Amino acid sequence: MKRALLFLPIIFFIGIAAVLASGLFKPADRTVRSALIGQQLPAFALPAIVPGQPGLASTDFGKGEPRLLNVFASWCAPCIAEAPILTRLKDAGVKIDGVAIRDTEAALQNFLARNGNPFERIGSDPQSTIQFALGSSGVPESFVIDARGRIAHQHVGDIKASDVPVILAAIEKAR
Amino acid sequence: MMRRLLLALMLLLAAPALADSSLPPAPDANRQLADPAKEAEAKKLMETLRCLVCQGQAISDSDAEMAGDMRALVRQRIAAGESGPQVRDWLIKRYGDYVSYDPPMSQITAPLWLAPLALLAIGALIASRSFKRKKR
Repeated sequence: MKRALLFLPIIFFIGIAAVLASGLFKPADRTVRSALIGQQLPAFALPAIVPGQPGLASTDFGKGEPRLLNVFASWCAPCIAEAPILTRLKDAGVKIDGVAIRDTEAALQNFLARNGNPFERIGSDPQSTIQFALGSSGVPESFVIDARGRIAHQHVGDIKASDVPVILAAIEKAR
Repeated sequence: MMRRLLLALMLLLAAPALADSSLPPAPDANRQLADPAKEAEAKKLMETLRCLVCQGQAISDSDAEMAGDMRALVRQRIAAGESGPQVRDWLIKRYGDYVSYDPPMSQITAPLWLAPLALLAIGALIASRSFKRKKR
């Protein structure tokens, strides 16, 4: 009995080492997701930033059809990678609105001219206020807002070509 | 060889990719509130809020743009009359307990709070037993 107890520390050590090693090979998911999924879109009203394109308010959502709310910025590199995919989603019939984080008119116009403009409306969020209200923790992020104005789905990071079916399915489900 | 040298030189000259916007920090990110009591309350809260893009740091310690905007949000809400715990609850409702370094007791966090007590109890037990043996 006593002899068996002598092995306890080494068994304990091996246990801890195994836990640490598994963390090395399979790091934990550090993505911060919004806790608002399934809830009503928070109220907001953002001014326009690009001439000829209206600003964005929470009242633009929940009018009987689902919409994709894309949180992006002209200074964000993954947003450039995402732009053609957004255009593809638009061509597939998805209504897309943008929230531009900490952006300037000139920079955003340049971004849209280079990468295409799939947005119906773009609201300017110079102090990330609406980003925090949405529970978003970076750019780009996309939210599917359902026909009744609830947040149905969140996509953290740029939408890749392989994510398109997931987004389209979420839009279909949000009708 | 020449090519490698050239590559190394080009690396030196390469401009770093910018991951920050060109807007200056929000005014309230680095400016204290006029009311010292409110500023103290805001500061106390900012020290317990996690920076979402630099997850090991509190927003009061971070120079990330998002941390600055979050400090501005905390100051603006407290200046508008909200209390520290109210602002904290507002953020927890959006990001979950993860955003706070002061997580409330729940089923998931219970081991965090209870494990030290359990370990202390075990230590006390071992200590009292070994002291008894010596007396004999």
